[in-house]
Amino acid sequence: MTVNIDVGTVLRGTVCDLYSNLVTRPTGAAVRTAIEEQVLELGASVVTTIDFSQVNLLDFSCADEIVAKLLLRYASDDGLPGFLTFRGIHEGHIDPIETVLERHALALVSWHEGAAELFGAVDDDERLHWEAVRDHGPIWAESLAPILAVTEAFAAVQLERLRGRRLIMRQDDGFAVPGTAARVS
Amino acid sequence: MTSVISVPPSLDEQSFEQVFEQLALVPDGDKILVDARHARWASPYGLTALLCVAQSRADRMGFAVPEHADTVSYWSRTGFFRHAAELYDMHGTVPRARDAHESDVLLEITPITKSDDVHGVVGRIQQKAADILHGQLNLDTAITGAFGMTLSEACQNIVEHAGLGGWVAVQTYKYARRLGRRVVVIAVCDAGVGFRKSLESSPGHRRSDRWDDAMALEDAVLRAVSRFRHGDKGRGQGLAGIRRFVGRWDGKLSVRSGTSRIAITPDWDEDVPMTEGLPFFPGAQMQVTIPERLGDAPVRPRTAGASRARARGPL
Repeated sequence: MTVNIDVGTVLRGTVCDLYSNLVTRPTGAAVRTAIEEQVLELGASVVTTIDFSQVNLLDFSCADEIVAKLLLRYASDDGLPGFLTFRGIHEGHIDPIETVLERHALALVSWHEGAAELFGAVDDDERLHWEAVRDHGPIWAESLAPILAVTEAFAAVQLERLRGRRLIMRQDDGFAVPGTAARVS
Repeated sequence: MTSVISVPPSLDEQSFEQVFEQLALVPDGDKILVDARHARWASPYGLTALLCVAQSRADRMGFAVPEHADTVSYWSRTGFFRHAAELYDMHGTVPRARDAHESDVLLEITPITKSDDVHGVVGRIQQKAADILHGQLNLDTAITGAFGMTLSEACQNIVEHAGLGGWVAVQTYKYARRLGRRVVVIAVCDAGVGFRKSLESSPGHRRSDRWDDAMALEDAVLRAVSRFRHGDKGRGQGLAGIRRFVGRWDGKLSVRSGTSRIAITPDWDEDVPMTEGLPFFPGAQMQVTIPERLGDAPVRPRTAGASRARARGPL
C-alpha cells in the first residue's frame, strides 16, 4: 500500500492556512510532527510518499526538520514502519535537500515525472546498484550481477546495504525501488 | 551634555564604521544625538544599522533627520522614519508615512522578532523579487528561490540567536563606485547578543585563549558552527547556505559582530576577509550583495559534483 501525504496541505492545516513556503525551523518541526502523527494513524503502510509539489519555497531549516529528521526517524531502531519516498521535488528544493542529506549522511528516493531519482549521500557502488534495480527490478542479486559485471556476492552485499538504508525494498520477486506501484504486490 | 554623532553623507557598510567609532567613545548614560542632517544617501545596511544604534543603548537617543528633500523622501519610502520615530526622539520634519512603492525598494525596512515575521517577509517579496532579479538584473530565474532561502535563513539568525528583534531591508541600486552595475542588497541587522556570546552559550563550547569575535565569526560563517549544534548536527546550515548562494551568483557576504567583520569577497571587490579591532557594537550586521549579470556571463554551478544533477532513468 502507498500513502501520499501532501506537505502543502499539512503546512496549511497545522501552521497557517496562508502559508505556501516551508521556511523557519518551528514551521518545519510542526509539519514533521503532523506528518509523523499521520503515518502512525494510518498504520503500517508499505510506502509513505511525502509530496512537495504544493510547496513553493523550502529553506535549509525546513529541509532539515522535515526531510532529514523524517528519514532519521525511519532509520532508527524504533522508527516509523515501512519506506519513505518523496515526490514533487522541484529544482529549487534540491539544494537545501541535498545539503541536509549530505550533512546527515542520508539518502532518499524521489519520484519525478514517473521516474525514480536518488538524492543524497551514496557511494558509487550504491548508486550503480540502485540505478540497476530501478531500471531492471524487481531483480535478485544473481540476475543483477552479470548486468553490472560484478560477482553475485558483491551485488548481494550492495543490495543489502541499500535495503538497510530503505532505498530499495525486498519483494517476493526481487528487489525494487519503493513506490514502484505497478510492480509492488 | 549631549554627544553628537555625525552620520556621513553616504552611509553604507564601510562608512557606517564612522558611526560605530563615534558611538563607542560615548560613555553609557550620556545623551546622544544622531545627526543625519547632511546625509544624502543610505544603503539598506545603513538604514537598518541606524535603527540598531537606537536599540544599542538603554537611554533614548535623539535623531536629526536629513535636510535634503530627496533624501527624506527616499528614506521615507523605505519605511525608515516610521520605525525610527518609535526608537528615537525625532528632530526635524518627518514626512507622513507612505507605503513603499518604488521598484528599487524590494523590501521596505521590516522588523523581525519571531518566526511569523520571516514567513511574512519571504511571502511578500517573492513576486517582486522574481521581476527584479530576472527582469532588471538579468539573473537566471533559478535565483528567485535561492534568494528567498537566503532571506529566510538570514532573518532566522535574528529570531534564533539575537535575543532581541532586528531589521531586514532589501533594495536594488546602481553600485557605481566598484562595479558600475546594478546590485540587489539584503541587509539584516540586530543589536542583540552577537555571534561570540551566542556560541558561548552552547553546552559544547570550549573557550580558548584565542576565542574572540573574529573566531566566533569564522566558526559560524566558515565552519557552520551553531550554538544548537550540540546534539543536533543539522544545525548551522543557514549561513553555509548563504555563503554558497553568494558564491554561485558572484556576490559578496559580509558579517560584522562585536569587534570583527568577516567578508566573503568576489573578484569585483577588494574587501579584506577579516577585519579585527573594530569599535565594539552589539549584535550582528549582515549584508548580502548580488550584482547584475552582464550579457551571457555563465552562472557558476551549484556544486562541483554531479550528484545534484537530476539523473533519471526509465522504469
